[in-house]
Amino acid sequence: MSQEIFIAILATAITAGTPILYAALGEVLAERSGILNLGVEGMMLVGAVSGFICALKTANPWYGLMMAMLAGGLLALVHAFLTVTLRANQVVSGLALTMFGTGLSGYLGQSYVGVPLPVPFKTVPIPVLSDIPVIGPVFFNHDPVIYLSYLLVPALWFCIFRTRAGLHLRAVGENPAAADSMGINVFQTRYLYVIIGGMLAGIGGAYLSLHYVPSWMENMTAGRGWIAVALVIFATWNPVNALWGSYLFGGIDALGFRLQTLNVTVSPYFLKMLPYIFTVLVLILVTKRNLAGRIGSPQALGLPYDREER
Amino acid sequence: MTEPYLVELKNITKRFPGVVANDKVNFNVRQGEIHVLLGENGSGKSTLMSILCGLYRPDEGEIMIRGTKMAFRSPRQAISAGVGMVHQHFKLIESFSVAENVILGNENTPRVLNIQQIENNLAQLSQRYGLQINPSTMVWQLSVGEKQRVEIVKMLHRGSQVLILDEPTAVLTPQESSQLFRNLREMAGTGRGIVVITHKMHEVMEIADRVTVLRRGRSVATLDKQQINQRDLAWLMVGHDVVRQTKKKNPPGDKNILELQNVHCLNDLGLPGLTDVSFTVHSGEIFGIAGIAGNGQRELAEIIARLRPVSDGSIFINDQAITDCSPRQAIDHGVALVPEDRLGTGLVPNLDAEDNLILKSYRKGQLRRGPFMNRAVVREKVIELVNRFEIKLSALDAPVKLLSGGNLQRLLLAREITSEPQLLIAVYPVRGLDIKATEAVHNLLLEQRGKGLAVLLISEDLEEIFKLSDRIGVLCDGRITGIMPTDMTDVEEIGLLMMGAQNQGEAAT
Amino acid sequence: MIKLPGTNLLIEKKLSPAPTAFFIVPAISILLALLVGAFFLALSGHNYFEIYTAMFSGAFGSSYGFTETIVKTIPLTITSLGIALAFRMQLWNIGGEGQIYMGAFAATWAALFFPIGDGWWTMPFMIMLGMLAGGMWALIIAIPRAIWGVNEIITTLMLNYVAILWVNYLVYGPWKDPQGYNFPLTAIFPPGAILPTIGDSRIHAGLFLGLLITVLMYIVIQHTRWGYEIKVSGESSSAARYAGISNKKNIILVMFFSGAICGLAGMSEVAGIAHRLQPGVSIGYGYTAIIIAWLARLNPFAIILVSFLFGGMQVGGYIVQTSGIPASMVTMLQGMLLFFVLGGELLTYYKINKAPASPTRQ
Repeated sequence: MSQEIFIAILATAITAGTPILYAALGEVLAERSGILNLGVEGMMLVGAVSGFICALKTANPWYGLMMAMLAGGLLALVHAFLTVTLRANQVVSGLALTMFGTGLSGYLGQSYVGVPLPVPFKTVPIPVLSDIPVIGPVFFNHDPVIYLSYLLVPALWFCIFRTRAGLHLRAVGENPAAADSMGINVFQTRYLYVIIGGMLAGIGGAYLSLHYVPSWMENMTAGRGWIAVALVIFATWNPVNALWGSYLFGGIDALGFRLQTLNVTVSPYFLKMLPYIFTVLVLILVTKRNLAGRIGSPQALGLPYDREER
Repeated sequence: MTEPYLVELKNITKRFPGVVANDKVNFNVRQGEIHVLLGENGSGKSTLMSILCGLYRPDEGEIMIRGTKMAFRSPRQAISAGVGMVHQHFKLIESFSVAENVILGNENTPRVLNIQQIENNLAQLSQRYGLQINPSTMVWQLSVGEKQRVEIVKMLHRGSQVLILDEPTAVLTPQESSQLFRNLREMAGTGRGIVVITHKMHEVMEIADRVTVLRRGRSVATLDKQQINQRDLAWLMVGHDVVRQTKKKNPPGDKNILELQNVHCLNDLGLPGLTDVSFTVHSGEIFGIAGIAGNGQRELAEIIARLRPVSDGSIFINDQAITDCSPRQAIDHGVALVPEDRLGTGLVPNLDAEDNLILKSYRKGQLRRGPFMNRAVVREKVIELVNRFEIKLSALDAPVKLLSGGNLQRLLLAREITSEPQLLIAVYPVRGLDIKATEAVHNLLLEQRGKGLAVLLISEDLEEIFKLSDRIGVLCDGRITGIMPTDMTDVEEIGLLMMGAQNQGEAAT
Repeated sequence: MIKLPGTNLLIEKKLSPAPTAFFIVPAISILLALLVGAFFLALSGHNYFEIYTAMFSGAFGSSYGFTETIVKTIPLTITSLGIALAFRMQLWNIGGEGQIYMGAFAATWAALFFPIGDGWWTMPFMIMLGMLAGGMWALIIAIPRAIWGVNEIITTLMLNYVAILWVNYLVYGPWKDPQGYNFPLTAIFPPGAILPTIGDSRIHAGLFLGLLITVLMYIVIQHTRWGYEIKVSGESSSAARYAGISNKKNIILVMFFSGAICGLAGMSEVAGIAHRLQPGVSIGYGYTAIIIAWLARLNPFAIILVSFLFGGMQVGGYIVQTSGIPASMVTMLQGMLLFFVLGGELLTYYKINKAPASPTRQ
C-alpha cells in the first residue's frame, strides 16, 4: 500500500468517525449526569433530515447545522421529561425515541430522498498546518465541522474535570442524593446535559447529510448512533478517549470501503459487517477490563432520582 | 435583654398520610449549647430536623434563625442560613476525594478548580477543630469514623452555625464516641449550637446541656442539665415505666451447630475481610457478635450463607463441612439468614407477600408438583404463616415494599424460622424499628432459642447484644478479638475489644 | 383508599381503581398519539381524518384487510412473546430482528439445502432448526452477559445488522435462484416446506404456533418453578442469589429461548408467506415487538391483542401509501404511542395522595 493510500485512509477515518464522535460526546455528557440516552440514533436522524432541509432552503449549511442542533435538542427534551420528571424507564424511553426519530425523519424527508445538496460544507485546508508531511493532510485538510470538533474535545475534557460545573455534573451522576443534599439541583443538571447531548447528536447526524454524503436518505445513520453509545463505554466516559475511539471505528468503516476498491475478493457484505462485529468484540473486552480494574460507569447511571419530597 | 436563640422552631406540624409526624412541636437551640433531641424510632425527631435542614416543608409553624423568620425550600437555603446536618447515612461521593466532597455545591468555590489550594485550606480548617482528615484521600478508602468527620468538616466549611448530628454514635466505638463528644464540646465553645439526635439515654447524660424528649410526634418535655435523670427520661420517652429485665442466660446445648475454623476471606475491594476467625455456636444458644459496622460483619454473614467465597479455613454445620458449598446447598444444610438489606436482598420489593414467603421453600415438598408449583398449597401455607406471626398485610397480593419496617422483619423471620433451620443468622435485626416491633423480634429470637435453635446475632447495639446473647464475640478489623460469656463481661470491656485490644485471657468457648 | 402507617405516598395498584386505569391510560395514549400524528399529517397538507379512516377501514373493514391484519399479527405475536420472556428477567433483547433473520436463514437451509432432500420431516426440522439458529444467535450475547455483565442492548443490536447482511449476502450471492431472473431471492420451497393456509387467505399455520407459544408461556411463567425463578431474578438479582437461584444459568437459558422463539417467527414468515428467502424477511418486527411487549406489560394474552392492533396499523399504513404517506409514519405513530404510555405509567401505578387540606405555610 502506498503512502498516499495510507494517508487517504487515515483522513477518511477522521471524516467517517466525526459523526460518531459528536454523538458520543453528547452521550458522555448525558451519561455522566446519570441518564442513559438510547435515543441517539433517532436524534442523529432528525438532525440529519432537518439540517438538510434547512440548508437546502436557506442555501447555507451553517443554518442547517443550527437547525439540526435544535431538532436533536427538542427530541432530547422529550427524553429528559420522561426520564427525569416522570421517572420512566430510561431504556424503553430511549428506544421509543429512536423509533419515533427514525419514523419522523423518514416522514419529513420523503420528498428529499437522494436530492443532492448544492451547498455542503467544503473542505478548507488550514494554511501552514496542512503542509506538514503526513500529519497535515490527515488532520488539517477537512471541513469546519471537523475543526470544531478538535476544539470541542479538549474543551469538554476541561469542563468535566477541571471546573466547578463539571464537578457538579459528575456528582449528579455518581450520587444524586448526595449532590441534592449539598444544594445541587439534580433535575436541572440532568435536563441540561441530556439536551446538550441531543444537540450534539443532531450535529453528528447533520454532518452526514451536509458533508459526508451529502444528501438525505432514510436511515442514513445505519446504526452509528448505537456505535456511539458503545463507544462511550469504550472511552470510559472520557471525551479524549472518545476522540481516538471514534476515529478507530471510522477507520474500520473506511477500510472496508477501501478494500472494495482494491479488488479484494471478500464480499462487500462481510466488509460492511466489520464495524458491527468490531463493536461487539470491543464491548466485551472493555467490560472485562473495566471489571478487572474496577473502573465503572457513573454509579447512578440508569436509575431515576426520587427526592421523595413530601 | 434576651439573646435571640440561634434556632427556634415554633409549633411545627407535619403530616403524612395516616400519621402526624410532628404535632405542634416547639424546639430551640441557644448559642454555645449542646441540645439533645431524644426519642425512640418513629417519635418524629428525624422529621423535625429534616424540616430544619430544608428537606421537608412544615404544614404549620415557623422557623426562626437568629430571630428572623425563614422558609426553606431546599437544603441549599438551609445551608446558606447556617444550618448544617450530618446525616446518619452519609451523603458522600465515594469516588471523589475528601476535598471534592467538601466543596461540592459551594457557590463560593471559583469556577475553575485549583485543587491544591482547596486541599491546603481544608487541611487548615480541619486542624483548627482537631478533626483529623487527609483532603486528598478518596472517600471509599476511609473508615466509617473518618467519613463522619468529613461530613462534619463539610458543614463547618460552609460556615454552619448550627450543626445537627443524626445518631452519630451508631457507627462509632464507645471510645470514638467520647472523642466525638469532646470535639462537639469544642465546637460549642466557639459559639455554635449543636443538636444531637439520639435514642440512647446514656448519651444524654454524657453531653447534653439541655434535652428535649419527643414521643409520638409531640414534644413532651425540655429539661435542663440539672433536671436530667435516667428513670425520668425513660418514662418520658416511652410513656410508661420501662422495667429493664435481663433475661436469664441459658447454658448452651451440647451440640456444635456452627463451627468456624481459621476462616479467611476477602472483602469487595480485594483486601482482607476476615482474618483467622474461629468460634462455635451451640444449639439453644444466642451468640452475639459485637462490633462497629464495617469490621467484617457483612462478610461473616455472607460466608456462612455461602454468598461469598472462603479463601482459607473451614466452616462446619452439624459437623459437616460446607466451606465450598453453593448458597442453595447452604440453605439445604439448614442455614437461614435474615440479612441486613431487608428490602432488596431478603425480600423482593415489587413482589407480593406470597411470592416472598416461598423464596426459600419453593423447591420443596408439597409446594411442587414436578416442574410445576402447586399454587393452591402455597396459598394455604402463606395464610397459615401470616396468622401465626401476626404479619399485618393490607392484601396478600400487594407488593411488600409498602409494608412497615416491623412487618417486613416479621415476614422475613416467619420465612426463615419456618424453614426449620439449624442456624439462624440475624444481621442488625431491629435496625430502624420502634420499641414494640423491637420487643416482638427479640421475643421471637428468644423463643426459638428456647426450642433449641442456634442463633448468630450480629448487632451494633451493645444493649441488644447484652440483653439477648448468652455469649459475646467481638469483631474488629476482621478479627475476633475476644469471646466470653455475657455475665462475665461489661460494656467497658467489650468497647475496648471493639477498638482492637486483644483479650488477655479468652474465656473457654 | 387505605391509609398506610408510614410515610409512603403510594397506594399499591390493586387498591386503586386499577381496572379502569389499566384501560384508560392506554386508551388515552392511543388518542394522544393519533392527535400528534394528525398534526404532522396536517403539516404536510394531508387530510388526517380521511387518512385515518382509510387506514382503519383498510385494516379492519374488508375481509381482505382483516385477514392481512391477522397475517401480520402472527410474526408480531411470536416475536413479542420471545422479547417479553427476556424482558421479564430485565434482559433487554433488542436483537429480535436478527434472531428472526437467522431463524429464516436456518429454516431455508433445511428446506432447500438439506442433503437428504425433503419429506414429512422437513417441516418439523425447519421449526427445530429455525429455533436453534435464533437461540444460538442470542446465545452469542448471553454468555458474555452472564459471565462479565456485558451490556446486551448494544451487542444484540449490533448482531441485527450482521444477520441482515448475512442474509443479503446469501440471496445476492450463493443462494440466488438461477431461474430467478437475477432477483435477490432463493428458489421456491418444496411443498413439504410450505405451511398450509386457511381458505383463500394468506393466514398460515404459524397462527397455531403462535397460540401454542402463548399458552406455553403463560403456564411456564405462572405455574412452574423456573417461571418463578425468572420473576424473582428479574426483580432483584441480589434476592435471587440469596435464595440460591443461579443467575448465570437463567440468563443463558432465558436468552436462548427468547432468541429461539424469535427464530421461530422468522421460520414461520418464510415457510408461511414468502416461501423463499429474500431481503426484507422482517420489516422491523423485532423492534415493534419491543413496543408491543412493553405495552402489553409482558402478559402473553395481552400481547396477542396488542399485536393485532399493531398489525392493523401496519396494514392500514400500506393502504394509504398510495396517497403519498410513507411507511415511516406508522413507525412514528408507534414510537409516540410508547411515549404516551410511558408517561401515563406513572398515573396507572401510583396515586399521589396529598395531605388533607391544611394551610401550608411557607
